[in-house]
Amino acid sequence: MNDLKKQFAKNVTIKNELGLHARPAAMIAELASQAESNVWLIKNDQQVDAASIIDILSLACLQGSTITLQVEDPADTEILDQLHELFKSGFGE
Amino acid sequence: MAPKEHEMLLKGISGSPGICIGKAYLVDREGVDVIEKYYISEDKVQSEISRFKNAVKKAKKELAEVIEGLPEELRHHSYILETHMLLHKDKMLYGKAIEIIETEKVNAEWALKEATSRAKAMFANISDPYLRSRSADVEHVSDCIMRNLVGVQDLNISNIDKRVILVAHNLSPAETSQIQLERIKGFITNRGGKASHTSIIARTLEIPAVLGLENATEAIENDDIIIVDGNKGMVIVDPDEETLFRYEELSKQYEAQKADAIRTSDQPAVSSDGVLLGIMGNIEMPEELVAVKDHGGDGVGLLRTEFLYLNRSQYPPEDELFEQYKEVVELMDPKPVTIRTLDINGDKEISAVPTPDEANPALGLRAIRFCLKKRGVFKTQLRAILRAAVHGYVRLLLPMISSCEEVRETLKLLDESAEELSREGYAFNRDIEIGVMIEVPSSALIADALAELVDFFSIGTNDLVQYTLAIDRVNRHVADLYNPLHPAVIRLLKMVTDTAHEKKIRVYMCGEMAAELLNLPVLLGLGFEELSMAPQSIPMIKNMIRKINAADARKFVEKVCRQNSALDTMQLIQDSYGDLLTQKFE
Repeated sequence: MNDLKKQFAKNVTIKNELGLHARPAAMIAELASQAESNVWLIKNDQQVDAASIIDILSLACLQGSTITLQVEDPADTEILDQLHELFKSGFGE
Repeated sequence: MAPKEHEMLLKGISGSPGICIGKAYLVDREGVDVIEKYYISEDKVQSEISRFKNAVKKAKKELAEVIEGLPEELRHHSYILETHMLLHKDKMLYGKAIEIIETEKVNAEWALKEATSRAKAMFANISDPYLRSRSADVEHVSDCIMRNLVGVQDLNISNIDKRVILVAHNLSPAETSQIQLERIKGFITNRGGKASHTSIIARTLEIPAVLGLENATEAIENDDIIIVDGNKGMVIVDPDEETLFRYEELSKQYEAQKADAIRTSDQPAVSSDGVLLGIMGNIEMPEELVAVKDHGGDGVGLLRTEFLYLNRSQYPPEDELFEQYKEVVELMDPKPVTIRTLDINGDKEISAVPTPDEANPALGLRAIRFCLKKRGVFKTQLRAILRAAVHGYVRLLLPMISSCEEVRETLKLLDESAEELSREGYAFNRDIEIGVMIEVPSSALIADALAELVDFFSIGTNDLVQYTLAIDRVNRHVADLYNPLHPAVIRLLKMVTDTAHEKKIRVYMCGEMAAELLNLPVLLGLGFEELSMAPQSIPMIKNMIRKINAADARKFVEKVCRQNSALDTMQLIQDSYGDLLTQKFE
């Protein structure tokens, strides 16, 4: 990852008991689909589209796993922040 | 197809009790499973895409209506449906399908099928069972769109206008919540288990259901006459006249008794000569407490606590456990809630714990043995229970006890936990009743010694029978030998109840044996003070107890103890109490 990209990335740990299951995935996808450009979730070497519930679920994030949120467009940093908050709040669960 | 000559018996898992007889209605989409593939010309691509978009729009609208019309009691399931709403427009499904139409110039149905199987393939390698099973959500959404594309109309469950029994591969939350009580007699599915969403809904709706039949949709055809026996977890297809007659009787009697039982379920269960029995509910999740109350339960005789430990990578924190226990305890107060400490790595596996490779898990590191090895985990739970005990009537139940040392160790940990809590300034109640599960023959044999250490026994018959008879009841080669009325089991029960009476401690039962109407004369005669069971069984059991004379039952037990085989015992009960009961032995 180069320095420029790092500015638009944040690391989060999954707090939810069931991991990133259908409900949080739906919340992420809804937010990510409002972004100007792509929003990615990255776990180990796997990268998925945060605007797709199916893609998020396929990442199989269990409780306790750490993932990276990344946006491509500087205009989407606000979305990045909101996503970060969502993860920190445990998706209100 | 050749006519079926004989009735066919399918065995599954009881999802919800009751008996029904009726015509089968297959929900699986015959016309939809076979998807046609054809190519379209360049100038038709746009119209094919709009046809697809239209179908998605219609499917979404249908789902929105389902959510709208959801009855109050099913509302809390609706987030699943909200997720389905979003899935309709998911890039991997919606976007992919449109892309396939454009690039491959194929019809919308085929494109959707392709997109769906690619999306489903993404789930195949996930090891977490919960997340892996989310592929069912993708499948259901895809099916809804497909129905609108193909134009199959009669699949909407809410349009069914005759009283039928639904036969399905699996029922989605959307489909299950559309079921209208007055139209559906019962349902059976290939997939699903006791803890599945389908099963929970069936029990809420109180219609008979048998799940996990594996091949019901292949074995049964539309309009076949089928019998669903939700009490025994089986389905009879094309029954003989004799079977049909027998089940019609059974069903009528069951319904009449049930109606009668429910009217009086909030009344105490007192035998005809005035002996009071507490009839309690076994529950797993706090939500099930409603069922215990609705069915007239006198408390919770068994609160299984494994649920919070499953499907997660770390152990649950004390506060979370405390909140859960407190909720149950407060709602049940002043009636008792019997909290059984963690009972894992027998038939349940826990994801927070890497499963040790045991050749014989039933005889391995499980329940109390596991807890005493993982003291930190155990103490967290004990602390949560002691804190919850401030908010109502709590009893502590220790599973799988096979020696006095285990009890002493646990009591020591309890004292330690109480001291810690007091130091840390938490409100707690150490003065709770403590009991042991009698489910290993060794504990039955040392009941007199155990009685010195605890306030009550609770006999867990499922395991006690398994360990006493050396029969694994999920092993189908020997499952038919599993019988709680085996003389060895009866003698052990007698030993434990006699000891309890002599030592003046209370004795309860919490196993499937307690929910069988025909076992009641024996259990009453043995002097059990409480029986705990699935909440739905409570009204019928209470009703039956009122018909039995406890003094007679005590004499009857002496006779039972002299029998040399389970078969003789069953015959004896049938002859002596058969006319009191409506459910007969087969």
